[in-house]
Amino acid sequence: MTTTASTQPKLAAAPRPAATMRQHNLMERILVSGLAVVILLIFLMPLGYMFTTGLKSDAQMSDPDAPVWWPFSQEMFTYNGETYPVYKVPTDAGVQRLAAVKKTRVATTFIDPANPAAGEIVWEGNWRTLEPAYFPDAQWHNFVTAWEQLNFPLLFRNTLIIAITGTLGAVISSVFVAYGFARFNFTGKNALFMILIGTIILPVQATLIPTYIVFARIGWTNTFLPLIVPHFFANAYNVFLLRQYFMQIPRELDEAAMIDGANPLQILLRIIVPNSVPALAAVSLFHFFFAWNDFFSPLIYLVSRPELWPLSVGLQKFNALYGREPNMIQAGALITLILPVAVFFLAQRVFMQGIVFSGVEK
Amino acid sequence: MAEVLTQRDAGPSTPARVAPKSRPGKLSRYQTRWAWFFVSPWLIGFLLFTLIPIVATLGFSFTNYSPVTPEATRFIGVQNYVRMTTDPKVATSLLVTVRYAVLAIPITLGFGLLLAAMVNAKSLKGQSFFRTMFYMPSMIPVVAAGLIWAGVMNTQTGWLNLGLEAIGLPAPDWLNSTFWIYPALVLIGLWGTGNLMLTLLAGMQGVPNELYEAASIDGAGAWVKFRHVTLPMISPVLFYNLTLMIIGAFKYFDMAYVLKNGTGGPADATLFYNLNLYKNAFEYNLMGYASALAWVLFLIVFALAVVLFGTSGRWVYYAGDGKK
Repeated sequence: MTTTASTQPKLAAAPRPAATMRQHNLMERILVSGLAVVILLIFLMPLGYMFTTGLKSDAQMSDPDAPVWWPFSQEMFTYNGETYPVYKVPTDAGVQRLAAVKKTRVATTFIDPANPAAGEIVWEGNWRTLEPAYFPDAQWHNFVTAWEQLNFPLLFRNTLIIAITGTLGAVISSVFVAYGFARFNFTGKNALFMILIGTIILPVQATLIPTYIVFARIGWTNTFLPLIVPHFFANAYNVFLLRQYFMQIPRELDEAAMIDGANPLQILLRIIVPNSVPALAAVSLFHFFFAWNDFFSPLIYLVSRPELWPLSVGLQKFNALYGREPNMIQAGALITLILPVAVFFLAQRVFMQGIVFSGVEK
Repeated sequence: MAEVLTQRDAGPSTPARVAPKSRPGKLSRYQTRWAWFFVSPWLIGFLLFTLIPIVATLGFSFTNYSPVTPEATRFIGVQNYVRMTTDPKVATSLLVTVRYAVLAIPITLGFGLLLAAMVNAKSLKGQSFFRTMFYMPSMIPVVAAGLIWAGVMNTQTGWLNLGLEAIGLPAPDWLNSTFWIYPALVLIGLWGTGNLMLTLLAGMQGVPNELYEAASIDGAGAWVKFRHVTLPMISPVLFYNLTLMIIGAFKYFDMAYVLKNGTGGPADATLFYNLNLYKNAFEYNLMGYASALAWVLFLIVFALAVVLFGTSGRWVYYAGDGKK
């Protein structure tokens, strides 16, 4: 569908001395690749932050001295049944990791965890100036805690109900409408198609309030219906993408089926749909993840019914209530994004071709 | 062949292969009926969820409708529109929206062009790897992205400021400063440049290679080729994205809401037009007034679209289009 740059003929025939040319190419390669790697690292940085913060302990989150790049816990040492914190203590023999058993402002008594039998070591100076000793300590159970605290099974269930039924409705209705625009001639077709495309730039707010009032009157607010039913009436993006795809299917196939006695509905189901699997897959994935991410509509229609919240609203409300637990928030964010990102990596070709298909042909 | 057609409700005795549109009559009516059948889902939806609600919004905008006291609804003329002109929040929200758009659109378009040019460059090894990775953040749900960035940008443990400090740059309080909040929103927005990159990339790949070859023969360097071949050739894609971005600024809501819990803070610096509308409709229950805000939004978007499409002929190059 798309021609990649690598298949284009190389411009090697330019009349330049081969050596300078090679040098020039090398420079360019280093510059472009270097920039790409730098941008990639910046793009991945927030994910690194999310992942490591999600693994941190509550103690580390509230400890201003703790290192921030990785989950750490302060070392502790149990001595004679008591647990003591370990500090990095500068001594004559270099910096040693010692457990403070008795702290005062002028002197601290330490035990060497490596050699407790050696007895107490007294260090003169304020223990508060000492740097605590940390060891890497990832709290993998944070993800379990976040899973339970946010009630992810419920959020996933709600999100899946909204996304799957909405996707079915959006794809089926858009297939019908796209077929109508791709294969038939009727008066007003071009004007209608222009209106359809025009709805892409229409702000939802222009229709929001009366729609909300009607949904409230017929008792649809605080149900999934306002998030599902409107998608059963096709939308411009899907119709545009599918229509473009349908128009590529040779008309001879339709005509052959027509000769065999098929009516247009049968042609759609037997010829068009089986020949459009990539486009249907793209549209399905787009709608599924649109519904997965949608925040505004569930916020409006489900705000007072927490048991119906999808992931987006559940995560936002959790943050609004428990903003002081950034490690839980980041663990929750990771759980929320893992499915869309994983599916994207598995189906990237479908995604990226679909975007190109619907975005360029304007 | 003919019997196939007579078997259905149309029956011209000509082969079906003849283009139906050239032949008025039963076949054409048969076709038309099917066509309306197929497009009817969208037509019904358009009436129910677009056309009627837009008109109803206009109607509500002349009332003081509130869902709390629907029985007290009455016609109040243009009072809601008059009120908009004196409501300081409306002026603030317009200013916030424009300020954001003016900063975000050039930077985002420029960055999108950079990414697209980069993953289109023959000198980049692993083009498809970088395409995938640069697109990937666009898949992250907006709420998750907002919470991640709120963490990255916090002043104590956020990696962004630690990194800036490490290389000796000032570390602002991104999300609580009425100045830095805008660069922060733009930066977060750059994470989602994937769609823009891919559409621009496809535009670049559609530029005929002969044009670059001809430019090379004329002695053009990489920049001249980009400026005078690539940019004009992809101007339709740029135009399409520019239109969506300008209108998108007036629809901007989710990220502002997630980052500041819908408060519009700091000091109304994230009170986007759309957030102000939402607050009036769903927090203050002033749905009549919010309808007036919505209609003005509709008019703004409509006017912008007219201006953009009206001037597009001057700077958008449509290859193979006979018109100027």
